[in-house]
Amino acid sequence: MQQSNTYIIVFSAILTIVCGGLLALANQGLKPRQEKSVELDTKAKILGAVVDLKGTKGDAIIDLYNESIEAITVNSEGEIIEKDEKGNPIIAEKVDVAKNYKLAPKERLLPVFKYHKAGDKNAVEAYVFPVYGKGLWGPIWGFIALETDLNTIKGASYDHKSETPGLGARITAPDVIDRYKGKKLFNSSDQLVSVLMLKGEKNPATMLDDHHIDGLSGATLTARGMNAMIESYFEYYSAYINKNKSSASTTMAIAQ
Amino acid sequence: MSTETLEKPIEKKPAEPLFSKRRKKYINDPLSSDNPITIQVLGICSALAVTTQMRPTLIMAISVTLVIVFSNLLISSIRNLVPSRVRIIVQLAIVATFVTLVSEVLKAYQYDMYKQLSVFVGLIITNCIVMGRLEAFAMGNKPWDSVLDGLGSGLGYSWIILAVAFFRELLGSGNVFGWPVFDAIGLSGFPTNSLMVTPVGAFFILGIIIWVQRTKSGYIER
Repeated sequence: MQQSNTYIIVFSAILTIVCGGLLALANQGLKPRQEKSVELDTKAKILGAVVDLKGTKGDAIIDLYNESIEAITVNSEGEIIEKDEKGNPIIAEKVDVAKNYKLAPKERLLPVFKYHKAGDKNAVEAYVFPVYGKGLWGPIWGFIALETDLNTIKGASYDHKSETPGLGARITAPDVIDRYKGKKLFNSSDQLVSVLMLKGEKNPATMLDDHHIDGLSGATLTARGMNAMIESYFEYYSAYINKNKSSASTTMAIAQ
Repeated sequence: MSTETLEKPIEKKPAEPLFSKRRKKYINDPLSSDNPITIQVLGICSALAVTTQMRPTLIMAISVTLVIVFSNLLISSIRNLVPSRVRIIVQLAIVATFVTLVSEVLKAYQYDMYKQLSVFVGLIITNCIVMGRLEAFAMGNKPWDSVLDGLGSGLGYSWIILAVAFFRELLGSGNVFGWPVFDAIGLSGFPTNSLMVTPVGAFFILGIIIWVQRTKSGYIER
């Protein structure tokens, strides 16, 4: 009886419906929680580029974010964009950097997150720029925070989709991120030179300078992806950065 | 066309204790003398891939154990209803359902680990231990026995990958559960071996574990 085709078809149909229903239920039930996890993760990453979040958890991160981050969106010309083509306001946190990555650089929306003292929007302490690129196995992305000189890296936080755990996935490790701190993206004549990760690890200190950092052993291709990502994104942002640099220096000149 | 596993005679004793001697064997055997990784050499892929650090390994171990236990239980409960011609597909569908559930729960509550384990959670579906236990045991045994068998195999898998991860994280990055051991005992200059971070390191550790185990048990591959 159990070997008849009808039995097999009915059995398979019931199994599929039960399994499918169960998964749909789980997906719907867990969705709000998952979305919160993702939101928390993004905000923690943005903040993580500037502040040490050790010990801060959950809603405290979201509160801190709301207090101290002002987000704007610019284009590759450095102009602030507030509305999309349909006239809807653009929310910088909701700008999908991954989707924009597929557009031509000129059409991309580029969010900038300004970190300021809690409550005082004018006292900007750091600028956080999202970056996105290709690692070895899949996309890598992150947030790089620059000091108010818009040149020195204040901090960073990176993430990846599927880099090898222990190798390429180490781009998320604090000791790797620390290598970027204090490095400079532009040279003394304001040309973009970016910060490059070298091949191999434990390179002699003579090879490391303002624009070069030690690499990741066994993850040279991920490191190359990082280099390409940082260089290309700061090229897109360079218009915005140059504008704000000059405005910063003029205010300084006036003050003098 | 029924398989031999289906016809395995089941001992009939009035109210066998929940953890009788026979049933304890289901748990104890996979821990050592019939370990899924070191003796049956199944599930090697994930044992190499996720064992660079303790924390993701622990999550992986828990996930695999849960998937084995629950799919064993479910398959065993419906074993007399499953048409034998499509039993592999049925097993696969059930394993896939549990794995997806685990992955959704991880995404909601352990987002960091979910990202770190990435594809390997989904790949539990293809872990030979899970399908192997379903086909070899759950299809022919009662639910409670199958749960114990699944638990045994899951724990056998878990302790091996945790042992591998312990040595790989310790020797490869100098940490245990992300806690810097060598710094804590005052050996902060201790050289870490980046070979341990690569899958090759897992082969070495696994080989040494198998060597020690077989020297002790006298097991010889025939």
